[in-house]
Amino acid sequence: MCIVPFPKFVASEIVNRKYKLMYNYMGLKIVVLAKQVPDTRNVGKDAMKADGTVNRAALSAIFNPEDLNALEQALRLKDKYEGSTVSILTMGPGRAAEIIRESMYRGADDGYLLTDRAFAGSDTLATSYALSCAIKNFPKVDLIICGRQAIDGDTAQVGPQVAEKLGMPQITYAEEILSCSKDKITVKRRLEKGVELVEGKLPMVVTVNGSAPECRPRNAKLVMKFKRAKTVSEKQESSQDYINLFDTCPYLNITEWSVNDIKADADWLGLKGSPTKVKEIESVVFQTKESKRLTPDDFDMESLMRELISNHTIG
Amino acid sequence: MNNISVYLEIEDGIVADVSLELLTKGRSLANKLTCKLEAIAIGFKLDGIGAQVFPYGVDVLTLADDKRLFPYTSLPHTSILVKLYKEDKPQIALMGATSIGRDLGPRVSSALFSGLTADCTSLEIGDHEDKKAGKTYKNLLYQIRPAFGGNIVATIINPDQRPQMATVREGVMKKEVLDKNYKGETKTLDVAKYVSDSDFVVSVIERHMEKSKVNIKGAPIVISGGYGIGSRENFELLFNFASIIGAEVGASRAAVDAGFADHERQIGQTGVTVRPKLYIACGISGQIQHIAGMQESSMIIAINNDPSAPINAIADYIITGNVEDVIPKMIKYYKKNTK
Ligand SMILES: Cc1cc2nc3c(=O)[nH]c(=O)nc-3n(C[C@H](O)[C@H](O)[C@H](O)COP(=O)(O)OP(=O)(O)OC[C@H]3O[C@@H](n4cnc5c(N)ncnc54)[C@H](O)[C@@H]3O)c2cc1C
Repeated sequence: MCIVPFPKFVASEIVNRKYKLMYNYMGLKIVVLAKQVPDTRNVGKDAMKADGTVNRAALSAIFNPEDLNALEQALRLKDKYEGSTVSILTMGPGRAAEIIRESMYRGADDGYLLTDRAFAGSDTLATSYALSCAIKNFPKVDLIICGRQAIDGDTAQVGPQVAEKLGMPQITYAEEILSCSKDKITVKRRLEKGVELVEGKLPMVVTVNGSAPECRPRNAKLVMKFKRAKTVSEKQESSQDYINLFDTCPYLNITEWSVNDIKADADWLGLKGSPTKVKEIESVVFQTKESKRLTPDDFDMESLMRELISNHTIG
Repeated sequence: MNNISVYLEIEDGIVADVSLELLTKGRSLANKLTCKLEAIAIGFKLDGIGAQVFPYGVDVLTLADDKRLFPYTSLPHTSILVKLYKEDKPQIALMGATSIGRDLGPRVSSALFSGLTADCTSLEIGDHEDKKAGKTYKNLLYQIRPAFGGNIVATIINPDQRPQMATVREGVMKKEVLDKNYKGETKTLDVAKYVSDSDFVVSVIERHMEKSKVNIKGAPIVISGGYGIGSRENFELLFNFASIIGAEVGASRAAVDAGFADHERQIGQTGVTVRPKLYIACGISGQIQHIAGMQESSMIIAINNDPSAPINAIADYIITGNVEDVIPKMIKYYKKNTK
């Protein structure tokens, strides 16, 4: 399959357009929002920069776990409704192209990397604005699926904010998209205190919970097909040897978008476009208590338990 | 004018604890700012809400009562809040970091272009000097939350946009009745003016809400396991110990992410906050996000095979050793000495 580049539209035209579903004719057009995140389990001392933003370069990067759950929901719809396509959209530094390839190995059709210095320092609102501008670059979108939250912030704000910016309704905490036919979508939600079955109309933004089925593994054939997929910047950095490969196999091109490509207003991006500011970052020094050090040997353990029992902490 | 506004979460006509906790916090912030405390109830059959919230010091209760507003769906609740905030211009708007608050808050903040800080562990009032712009801001809301990467805490502010929005998890703030005879005024909205038919594109067809089976918040003793426990099977040791001494089992996020324990047991900034009389941390390193949820425990025992684990700094007893050796001995000597 080859990717025909989407025609470009003027932002205002797209803002005014009603997204229309032509299900019977083309299948569903699904965009999955994904983020490459620092592995928050393995953080070092230099994880933060002086301005209070995360120093991503110092951390190992992974596919945000719940975005993989989101990808799986999208791929299931693609399997179920013929003619559907799944595009991956991510905002981040150049190396975030890794998660686009990772998605292609599992069944995504194409990928878009939103990368520009102007995005640096964006809070959730500025990020959502950038993503919504990028989504408006697609001629038709029926369904936007993303993970409920990213593990580096746990805020769960980007999904709903993208929905609001696009004027679309939202279904958060999805555990399973049960059906998505014609213009109706039925979703099972897993909430903190229960489950809900909800129904809505397309287009829709759905955020997927970690309790949803895990993402399928890589498919060997797709790995062969897409392993050389690259963004323009990556092509420039790599050897020239197989550069004409990208003309004969256009599906290997990962689209790279800058602020200009998505017609975003720079005032709404980065630190400038972020209403929340980090006032200060403080190291926490815990008030060290007068603590007793014990060993696991029998004497220490027995005296500890006796003490806890006699002062009525236990029992 | 420029009050503090709290969104009330309501299930079966009962205001959620997290909302009452936020009213308590909101009241003390309102006193500092000498402004009023407002509460907004959106739902159906809201007659009993006033009696529940006025004792917490609510000055103005706004009711949006309509059959279509329960159960909660995103768009109509968003429309009402957005219009109300535009009319009333609160300086601070708070909501619970719950399934509802985390769905509603971001959408409202996007519509108003006002910043939102999730999962705050502390809220304070303070000033800010922007040296570059040569501007001083008085009485901003300091939205304080652990930041990621080492044991650090970030203070977030929204200098220019209003309302300053924040979400807080249940149990982080303490709920306290101000005066059981406190009386405020009640305003009833003409709901039709605040929502449109297109807000009802998503409908709830089925709904099962359960009372949580685990009650970590109320347990006098919490035994928590971290990534160092190693597996779901090994967690059984903690459950076993807990059943013997009458405790509840908690977990760190690393243990939850690894599938050793269920999410409802997660303790910390993005989990439950507990204040038991005894907290036993087993195989937990003690990152700030975890400590935020248990540091007010009366007594803390840390079991860790790393003698310099950060958790040790706040522990009353530091047991340096393997969990799998220590717990069986604690069980053994508990049994021996209670016979
Ligand atoms: C936005 C955000 C929100 C977060 N929210 C939370 C939250 O709510 N709650 C939370 O807990 N975390 C939270 N975290 C994660 C937090 O930063 C830490 O990553 C996490 O708490 C670490 O869990 P842990 O201590 O179990 O694992 P680790 O840090 O891996 O520690 C494991 C510990 O076990 C010890 N150990 C290993 N084997 C044994 C053994 N056999 N016997 C004894 N000790 C052993 C090790 O020495 C080590 O100290 C959050 C992070 C972010 C970025």
